[in-house]
Amino acid sequence: MSALLEVRDLSVEYRTGAGVLRAVDDLAFTIDRGETIAIVGESGSGKSTAALALLRLLPDPPGRIVAGEIVFAGRNLAALPDDELRDVRGREVAMIFQDPLAALNPIQTIGAQIVEMLRRHRRISALAAEHRAVEMLGLVGMPSPEQMFARYPHQLSGGMRQRAMIGIALMCHPQLLVADEPTSALDVTVQAQVLELLASLKRRLGMALLLITHDLAVVAEIADRVVVMYGGRKVEEGPVRAVFAAPRHPYTMALLDASRIELSAEGYLAEIPEPMPSAPPGVGCSFAPRCPRAVAKCLAAAPALEDAGPERKVACFRAAENVR
Amino acid sequence: MSDAVLEVRDLVKHYVTGRAGFGAPQIVHALEGVSLALRAGETHALVGESGCGKSTLARCIMRLEPATSGTIVVAGRDITHLSGRPLREVRKRVQIVFQDPYSSLNPRRTIAKTIADPLRLYAIGDRKGRRARVEALLRRVGLGAAFMDRLPRDLSGGQRQRVAIARALAVEPQVLICDEPVSALDVSVQAQVINLLKRLQRELGIAYLFISHNLGLVQQIADRISVMYLGRVVELANAAAMRKRPMHPYTEALFAAMPVADPEATTRGRRRIVLSGEVPSAIDLPPGCSFASRCRYRQEICGREPPFKQIEGRLVRCHFAGQLPMNDAG
Repeated sequence: MSALLEVRDLSVEYRTGAGVLRAVDDLAFTIDRGETIAIVGESGSGKSTAALALLRLLPDPPGRIVAGEIVFAGRNLAALPDDELRDVRGREVAMIFQDPLAALNPIQTIGAQIVEMLRRHRRISALAAEHRAVEMLGLVGMPSPEQMFARYPHQLSGGMRQRAMIGIALMCHPQLLVADEPTSALDVTVQAQVLELLASLKRRLGMALLLITHDLAVVAEIADRVVVMYGGRKVEEGPVRAVFAAPRHPYTMALLDASRIELSAEGYLAEIPEPMPSAPPGVGCSFAPRCPRAVAKCLAAAPALEDAGPERKVACFRAAENVR
Repeated sequence: MSDAVLEVRDLVKHYVTGRAGFGAPQIVHALEGVSLALRAGETHALVGESGCGKSTLARCIMRLEPATSGTIVVAGRDITHLSGRPLREVRKRVQIVFQDPYSSLNPRRTIAKTIADPLRLYAIGDRKGRRARVEALLRRVGLGAAFMDRLPRDLSGGQRQRVAIARALAVEPQVLICDEPVSALDVSVQAQVINLLKRLQRELGIAYLFISHNLGLVQQIADRISVMYLGRVVELANAAAMRKRPMHPYTEALFAAMPVADPEATTRGRRRIVLSGEVPSAIDLPPGCSFASRCRYRQEICGREPPFKQIEGRLVRCHFAGQLPMNDAG
């Protein structure tokens, strides 16, 4: 069976006053139907840029896809005419964001926004659309959905807004939901609710989920596969359990150590050095300036992605030694 | 407690809102009688979700907000109503580091000027002496003299937070309030700032009131933890004891909701408790136990105000403290 989404050699650049910045460099990955895959990385890793590029939502200028294909269900979204792309967005691929208050329309009720979404993509009467909308608000776990239908975004709590945004996104039963840091702005007890909701909706609706996050704990809770990005490149990829049990890239190792928050015998946390933010991009591995295992070779050339066990890939010259 | 460097007794903070519109003004119950004592050199963590009052407490202690009632004692002296010069003297003893090092540093002032500001304000040293002191402070927080003449925009988030810490240390405080000091930083950078704070505590013996929503972090670095919910402390315990066995149902739920970076956790028997509902409004506080509406152990008695029970060396605000079959958090 062919993949639902196949991203091939995607490169995205930002043209700024200071020059051209390659935010995503030669990124490739696939998502199968019904699968949950997480792209994890820190600020500047290119993960959100990649997510926006998938649906061609990057503001241009300054952002621009300079190479690559985004093949979704047989069509290359990177080359699709705008009107056809609009039919794909929302109907077949939907997206939710970290900040629902910025993503929702402040002067329209939640209900009106769901109805609009539905009627944009489906031939359905206003009344039937309202019915479906109220049903959806119930499905995403909003209490008294009829009342919520008539509320404005500012009248809802952060958790309820996120539920409303998920409701709007799922209204047309997309085959793929792209979720960019969907729980990062939420409190931990509400985060747990929303993660549980996403997992159960995914099971019920059979859609695939692409999760963009900085939080490895969230990855562990929900994803099947993980792609680790650093400096615009994929540095490691594999099944979540395998990668977490035995990471092969030094960056993945460091990130996992940092996420587990355990003190050493001397009472300190494991740390990795921080590079200068203005450090010039070198020709070598982008993690080399911070890498405890870097050797001369790492600064001279960038390592290519290589197979590292079943369904696993890693981009590190010393991957073979990186076992602990 | 006489060895406390900072003590807060029954602190209440109400905000009045809604005056600009129609109808009666509404009262936000941000703090509803919070008491805590910070011992010299300890790390006391304050955890809770948005709106629980933890940052309001920090602002009241710093006297950035007037308290509605209650007492704030610094080194044995009641500072609740101080103003002017005496208040400035107290602020030398208690300093604060904020969450966002992007907004807490003046973008137009060099790092040296930023750190020298408190020294100038308190007329400590002459110009040359201050510059030497700034250099020493920069070294202390792991940045060299090379940073003196840079601007905040030349620094990464972690480096900016180090500058904020150096500025706070300039007047040699005994208490540092850290309000979410690493929440805005990347995970890989958080550890460096935490380690710096720990090292400074060992070297200088400063006490930290460490405000955070990150229970995973707090249980590793704090000596004691106060868990807050809707303006009240619901549990106060040693970090190790709390981690081993939470006693308040909210503490239990908070530990259980915390995602862990371990995909095998559930197969190892970790049980997820997903709390239903959300934090009630601080405007209409429910009568009785404020957590009752979300509590899985709720009984009829919970409609009545629970006592703050002292039990096994901790304080728990629950009718059933010590009687519930809690999940262990580990």
